[in-house]
This record gives sequence, structure tokens and C-alpha cells, in this order.
Amino acid sequence: MIYLRLFYEFFVTGLFSIGGGLATLPFLHQMSESTGWFTTQQIYDMLAVSESTPGPIGVNMATYVGYTTGGVAGAVVATIGLVAPSIIVILIIARMLKKFGESKLVKSVFYGLRPASVALIAAAGVSVALEVFIMPAFRESHALGDLLNYKAVILGAALILLTRYVRPTKKLHPVCFIALSAVVGMIFKFAGA
Amino acid sequence: MELLKMFLTFARIGGLTFGGGYAMLPLLQREVVEKYGWATEEELADYYAIGQCTPGIIAVNTATFIGQKRAGTVGGIVATLGVVFPSIVIISLIAGIITNFSELAVVKNAFAGIRVCVCVLILNSVIKLWKSAVVDRCCLVIFCIVMCVSLFFSLSPIIIVLCVAVAGCAIKAWEARK
Repeated sequence: MIYLRLFYEFFVTGLFSIGGGLATLPFLHQMSESTGWFTTQQIYDMLAVSESTPGPIGVNMATYVGYTTGGVAGAVVATIGLVAPSIIVILIIARMLKKFGESKLVKSVFYGLRPASVALIAAAGVSVALEVFIMPAFRESHALGDLLNYKAVILGAALILLTRYVRPTKKLHPVCFIALSAVVGMIFKFAGA
Repeated sequence: MELLKMFLTFARIGGLTFGGGYAMLPLLQREVVEKYGWATEEELADYYAIGQCTPGIIAVNTATFIGQKRAGTVGGIVATLGVVFPSIVIISLIAGIITNFSELAVVKNAFAGIRVCVCVLILNSVIKLWKSAVVDRCCLVIFCIVMCVSLFFSLSPIIIVLCVAVAGCAIKAWEARK
């Protein structure tokens, strides 16, 4: 029963991968070895597609592996397997929070957690920014002329102005800016492709 | 109806998220906090903190949390199914039709542009969260330390979260004694 096996494999992945979607990668490697459903090379192809389509990366990976292994039904089963542990664990935690949320101890814990949570998000933003704004050539040449990806810097500055300071555009839905950036990226060949 | 609205809202958020769970934050702030008031900025920061140190993908954990808060267990399940629904449709289509999707020049260029936008949107989200999370000098210290640690060392977020939880208790206990 391939669907049962798919569900089980992804349930285990969801249960033990903690953090972002990339934390599922080691589990996928193991899965490719133990089941032979896909090759290691395919994992990287799937990762590329998962990163360049909408949706959380981890979910996209599960859907892709499920589809490759068992068609649309496989995609559904793998994804539900991946999210099932989250649903169970979070529902338990949410219930406990409701019960003890007003206690002094829990409040102190969250007092420390909140700035840390924002810092982790900011750090993730910084590592994306380093990849986007610094030219890959700089890592080899270390010449200052190669440092910045000027196209990206100009777009970034324009977006900061539009999202923060220009009154008529400030309130637009984030997807407007995403669509605009995609179009700019295609017209000015941001990836150089 | 409430559940249908929740499913559609989370499906919209999932379908517009480009990148990891962090890229989802600006959309959550817009839809869940500002538009519907299903959660506050503080709660969002809390959910992200918990989502990072519990099993599963951050985006899914956060969706389950918000759904549960709004409409109980069923709400948690509905919100989660909503967030993964677009992935299932889109990936199945792409995997079935265009095998070299991520190799296409158009796709590469579009995504190089989108990544710039994701950086700016995350910056805006951090500024919004900052106001509710970094409330005094101790919080600022925690923020700086965690930021440095996660940028320069590959420490598991579980350890970071456990440390700041202890630090929070210690600071509050010390303040109470004064």
C-alpha cells in the first residue's frame, strides 16, 4: 500500500523536522535511500521548483514527492501526512496556553520569547538580503566593483519608498508589490538569464 | 460560513507566499491582524516563536494556531488545509506538465525580482512586530544577542528558544525582587 507508506514517511518527517521547510531535507535524503522513490538529484530539482512556486517550501516538497510517487492522490496523502503532527502538537499547546496563559510564569516566558522571535525573523531576512543584494562574483574576486547587485538595490530602495513612505501605495496589499517585482525582474533580467 | 472564510483566507495566504514561512508573515499581518482581527501582533510573534521550536513547518504551525484560536480544533484543521491547498494544486500541475519549470529564464528572472520584494516585506514586518515585542532595554539586549547568534553560528532554534524562555523568567523574577 504505497499511500499508507507515503503517509507514514511524511508523518515522521513532519514530526521530527523542526524549523523551516529546509529542515525536511535530511529526511528526504533518507527517504530516497530507503524507499527508492526518487534519486538525490531529483531532490534538488524538486527543491528548485518548491522555491520558485507559491506556498511554503516544506509543503511544496511533500506535494512534489507525493505526486512523483503516487499522482494527485499521492500528493494529497503526503501533504496531509506532513501537516498531521503539526496539527496535533499545536492543538495541544494552544489548549495549554488557554489554560495557563494568564499565569505569571507563562507571561515571563513570552516576555523573553517575543524579542527573540523577532530577531530570528530578522536574521532570516538578513540572510535572504545577503544573497539578493551581494553579487556572487564578489565572493571570489573581493573587488568592491563586484560587491553590490545594483539592479536589486535600486528595486529594493524603490520598494521601501512605496511600502513605507508614499501615502497612496502604502496601504496596498503585499501581493501588488510581489507582482510588480516579478514584472521588473522579468523586464530587466534580474537573474541574468 | 466562518470556516469557509477562514479556509479561503488561508488558501489565499498560502498561494501568495513565496519562500519559507517567514515570507508568509507580511501576508498574515495584513489579512489576519489588520483585516479580520483574528489575532494581534503580539500573538503572531508568540506563534512564530512556538512554531520554530515545535515539530513541523513554521507556516503550518502558525496557521494551525490562528485557526484554533478563532474557531477551536476544527478551525485549526481548516486553516491548515487552506494553507496547503494551493501548493497541492500548483505543484501537481507543474510536476505533471512542465518538468523543467525552474530552468525557464522567465521564471528565474521573475523570482530574482520577487526575492528583493520578500526582503523589503520582511523588513516591514519586523518593524511592525518590533513595537509589540521589544518593549524595554532587556528586550533589546535579547534581540541583539539572538540576532548575532543566529547570523554567525548555526545554533538550533530550539536551544535559542529555551535560553530566552529561561532569561525571560530570570529577568521578571529579578525585577519583582527589586
